[in-house]
Amino acid sequence: MTPLVEMRDIALSFGGVKAIDHVSLDLYPGEVVGLLGHNGAGKSTLVKCLSGAYRMDSGQILIDGQPVTITNPRDARAQNIETIYQTLALADNLDAASNLFLGRELVTAAGFVDDDRMEAETRRIMARLNPNFHKFNVPVSALSGGQRQSVAIARAVYFNARILIMDEPTAALGPHETRMVGELIAELKRQNLGIFLISHDIHDVMDLCDRVSVMKNGKLVGTERVTDVTEDDILGMIILGKKP
Amino acid sequence: MTDQNARTVQGQQARMRTFVRALGMLPVLVILAIAFELISGRFLSTNNLSIVMQQASINIVLAAGMTYVILTGGIDLSVGSILSASAMASLIASVTPGWGAMAIPAGLATGLAFGLINGCLIAFLRLPPFIVTLGSLTAVRGIARLMGSDTTVFNADLPFAAMGNATFLGIPWLAIIALGIIIASWFILRRTVLGTWIYAVGGNQEAARLTGIKVWLVLLFVYGISGLLAGLGGVMSAARLYAANGLQLGQAYELDAIAAVILGGTSFVGGVGSIWGTLIGALIIAVLSNGLILSGVSDIWQFIIKGLVIIVAVSLDRLRLQGNART
Repeated sequence: MTPLVEMRDIALSFGGVKAIDHVSLDLYPGEVVGLLGHNGAGKSTLVKCLSGAYRMDSGQILIDGQPVTITNPRDARAQNIETIYQTLALADNLDAASNLFLGRELVTAAGFVDDDRMEAETRRIMARLNPNFHKFNVPVSALSGGQRQSVAIARAVYFNARILIMDEPTAALGPHETRMVGELIAELKRQNLGIFLISHDIHDVMDLCDRVSVMKNGKLVGTERVTDVTEDDILGMIILGKKP
Repeated sequence: MTDQNARTVQGQQARMRTFVRALGMLPVLVILAIAFELISGRFLSTNNLSIVMQQASINIVLAAGMTYVILTGGIDLSVGSILSASAMASLIASVTPGWGAMAIPAGLATGLAFGLINGCLIAFLRLPPFIVTLGSLTAVRGIARLMGSDTTVFNADLPFAAMGNATFLGIPWLAIIALGIIIASWFILRRTVLGTWIYAVGGNQEAARLTGIKVWLVLLFVYGISGLLAGLGGVMSAARLYAANGLQLGQAYELDAIAAVILGGTSFVGGVGSIWGTLIGALIIAVLSNGLILSGVSDIWQFIIKGLVIIVAVSLDRLRLQGNART
């Protein structure tokens, strides 16, 4: 089977510091690959090359076996790659609908912003993702952490993503909301999406992922099936940077 | 059905809130107008209101351009100088044989060009807007003086003089132009994708970039339109005066424009504000200037009172909004 995403030999330096040091990863449809590592290990930087937030120095990205060029977030979206950033990337001064369609606004036949249709679509998807969400007409700065998170998630899944990048999706959430994110990931897997999940939490990763890749100091330590390793093995990879 | 009702009610409430916030300064405007009528006895005459509108019009146009810029979290200090250079360009074209018809386009193009230079420096070199436009405030002032060899250019036979001095159905053309700019700006900011992007860049520039918004295009647009409207202001002031002067014309106009935007409730950090607020802010400033003169207040006290009114009005507005946020 052809991988959905193949990242080959990716390298990126920031002023002499090797943030990513020739890392290769792949991702298959219907699979969740967890990315683990300390702060500054290069997890977020690596997936930002895939989401177009950073431009890699060298390496190659293949989607469905075809080489693609991703130099900005628009390129990534054109490949159906959607990202939920750790910072959520929401414009706090705008309401949920404006944020959901940010950069991809719905317009009327005359070319003007179609607020009514955007709000209706937002209500439709939020009813599915977070039925308790009712604050449609206030700026998202007035929402709770979980509500803001659900707006960011809605934005990623609304546009028929095939590849989803989740950067610490549960970091700001309570237990109930964390469980909802877990259910959502399982549902998206069934729809055959490929998901990269960045996390600090080994339990989360062992529960939700099929494979896990560990990074340390910009290098890939290794990639393992979660069924083949124990939490202690993974912990050893994170801390010692050595395969079990 | 109930969901549908809840939705419309919620939508109406949100619209009301936006409306009230935009018009937050309207009571101040009304109180000032009534106060000046009581003091001078001739403020609210049709003739005087027409004069106020005429006096306000150039600042309304500049403040409209400033609203776009401040909504993105930026600032444009160069509009007064650009206005002066554009007025010079317009008058020089009008006195050049064979170029008379190009007088208005020359003024507008000059403004747009300087605005786009500001925009390029801010969008592509990522220089801070305050520094860039502080530089062009000085440099463009110099260019304006250079254009007329540091003299006043005068044209008693100005082809577009009607714009500055004639009326249509009793309303000065200058005021009609200013209102037209406000309505067009409302339309751009509220109904177009570009408008949404302007608010998004002001709210969270990094988020805007990550969602694929072309931030450079938005910045180029807002500084370009601020320059273009300063150019229009230059043409309007040339039409009114039949003359332009690189040294004095437009001095400190940028401060009145910024004051109008802030009085209108637009947030200085960007992302929050409306063009209707700017219109009311500019009218408050014009009413103050005109009313204080009619009331016979000395020039020195006019400055002090205007400054204090701006500070007090904005502080009151802050208090009011804080109260709203808590309930």
